[in-house]
Amino acid sequence: MKSTSSKWRALVGAAVALAMASVGTASPAIAATTLKKGLKVFVVPKNLGNSYFTTADSVKTGGALLALKQLGEVGQETSGTTDTPASQLPVIQADITKGANALIISGTDPNALCPTLNAAMKKGVTVVTYDSDTNCRDLFVNQASPQGLGNIEVQMIAKEINPKQPTAAAGQIAIVSASISDTNQNTWIKYMKQELTNYPHLKLVKVVYGNDDTATSVQVTQGLLSSYPNLKGIISPTTVGIAAAASVLDTPKYRGKVRLTGLGTPNEMKKYVADGTLSEFALWNPADLGYLAAYAAVELASHAITNAPGQSFVAGKLGRYKVGADHTILLGPPFVFTKANINKFNF
Amino acid sequence: MSPAPSATGPVQGRGPQPVEGHGAGNPGQPSSTLTWSSRRLLDAILRVREVGIVAVLVVFVAVATSVQPRFIDPQNIKFVFSNAIIYALLALGETVVVLSRNVDLSVGSVLGLSAYLSSDLFSQVHHIPIVAVFLAGLAIGLACGAVNGAVVAVARVPSLVVTLATLYIYRAIDVLIVGGGMVVASTLPGAFLSIPTSSLGPIPYLAIAVAGTVAVGAYVLASFRPGRELYAIGSNPDAARLAGIPMGKRIFWSFVVSGGIAGLAGVLWAATYGTIDSTAGLNYELTVVAAVVVGGVNIFGGSGTVVGAALGALLLATINQALYVLGISSFWDPAIDGALIVLAISLDHWITLRLTRALRKGAVQHAT
Repeated sequence: MKSTSSKWRALVGAAVALAMASVGTASPAIAATTLKKGLKVFVVPKNLGNSYFTTADSVKTGGALLALKQLGEVGQETSGTTDTPASQLPVIQADITKGANALIISGTDPNALCPTLNAAMKKGVTVVTYDSDTNCRDLFVNQASPQGLGNIEVQMIAKEINPKQPTAAAGQIAIVSASISDTNQNTWIKYMKQELTNYPHLKLVKVVYGNDDTATSVQVTQGLLSSYPNLKGIISPTTVGIAAAASVLDTPKYRGKVRLTGLGTPNEMKKYVADGTLSEFALWNPADLGYLAAYAAVELASHAITNAPGQSFVAGKLGRYKVGADHTILLGPPFVFTKANINKFNF
Repeated sequence: MSPAPSATGPVQGRGPQPVEGHGAGNPGQPSSTLTWSSRRLLDAILRVREVGIVAVLVVFVAVATSVQPRFIDPQNIKFVFSNAIIYALLALGETVVVLSRNVDLSVGSVLGLSAYLSSDLFSQVHHIPIVAVFLAGLAIGLACGAVNGAVVAVARVPSLVVTLATLYIYRAIDVLIVGGGMVVASTLPGAFLSIPTSSLGPIPYLAIAVAGTVAVGAYVLASFRPGRELYAIGSNPDAARLAGIPMGKRIFWSFVVSGGIAGLAGVLWAATYGTIDSTAGLNYELTVVAAVVVGGVNIFGGSGTVVGAALGALLLATINQALYVLGISSFWDPAIDGALIVLAISLDHWITLRLTRALRKGAVQHAT
């Protein structure tokens, strides 16, 4: 999962200059009559058998294939077995040969797929990337903005520390990050510090680095607890770190006393949410990401919209979306997992 | 098999023999020529290594505590022990191998394989008893160790090469099985996850169990024929062979023991961290070898004790924790570990020189 999480961070970082995209209220009843039916749309995740992408793509979870089915398209998930361009590229080529109208791709490499994808786009195939961008596509559906991720983590820890009045939350907090040179982590931490100015009584005392290694993350968390006995909360913006920190805090001594939140995956955090070690954490909903990417692909392939900034469309149950700068659509604010919804997810 | 003890110095039967272990000293020196006083001197020097580690440990704890008094907070002591446990266990197994002038570099990969396969049983087999999971981890470790041992002992390939290969092979098998998946804490029973955290005051029960295991290991190595023969093989393989020691058999079983211990350590790793992917135990082998060397075990075999190795692991874990608690960048950690290795080897060399001199002197005195 480590590699997957770092990929997620990598692609989130790819969208630093992102404009506001998602707008307001859902009105799923609006039927897009201009959309073509029977389009051949291939969904190409990084690899098959990856539970994150299974959630993003399948009908059962409400992902890309469900959206395609509802729109009356012929959707199919194809990919290689390993997360490499060498494994993904032949599959994409085969999809084009099979007469694809649109491709929805999570790129295994920003450049390696480009000769093939550029040729496909010339022939009129719509190329939409999701989850992980490439340097050659019509649209990129991005799952979260760095600022959104930074802000929500601070908001969550404040709520954990003082549920009644988060802005009055007081005490020392610390961050368990991945590596000290990780651009994305540092960007998020920068936004966290910015957001912290709205919480005058929360004091960030230390940022420690667990290098996205479980054992190291456990040790740095222990070090924090030993050197800051009054620590009130820990934010860990990395899936490895938050699970490791949770395993340390999951004792009667700390459970509920040192609060925890950050970015995690539901499967890793289920136990800790169930036993009250933490009550919420964020990520995005992969199924929504796939669903949105499918709508975007069909809209483009039907020429109902172009990929120009400012173009907008209604993505079924998710509501109206607008194409932002750099031909990118932002899924929206991070998704918050709680005890109430965590069991609906399996990734 | 009854070798003539006096001809082979180190190969004497049972009971602690001060002479063996110093292959570099003077393996041909018959121990019967030692005078009582030089025996006592030897005993004292032999103990220096363990005493030395304890002294370094005490000094380190004292310094860390003077800077940050909370370092000896019961909770922090518990953290230190819990981090040392797995390394101390692995160091025990590694010492058994190193004593016979071999090395087992595959321990981290064996740990990883066992951690995933054993903890995955909880979701594969409903209501599987925790004991059965430990036995499964042990069995995986024993099997991996048996492969190592068989290739080293039967095919006579240097263990460095064999276990370097299996380090990658076992890890590759682990990655193939695990793929992008993982075992997550919610699939593990609470009783399993609480094994590493339950403690008697600041001391985890597990630490007591590991200390007991190390004590048993120390006794077996010091007082039983197979244990003594491992020292003999490491001191002087040629002499050991001439003395009729079944070298292949002893070396094979030393790898089986190391593998089995790594297998058990894998199950404990799973219980400690709760989230197990294909990276569990990555790079552990180097820390384990470091703990063994810092613990005063001669990397070329023949001398050292499992108690020293376990203390070495505890020392490294303490230093590690101290850096985090004192807020010193953990980039210093490898540097300090490295310095300790150099220190330990220098000390070892110095002791060996002193010992050789003492033995010569004793022999000369006896002769005159």
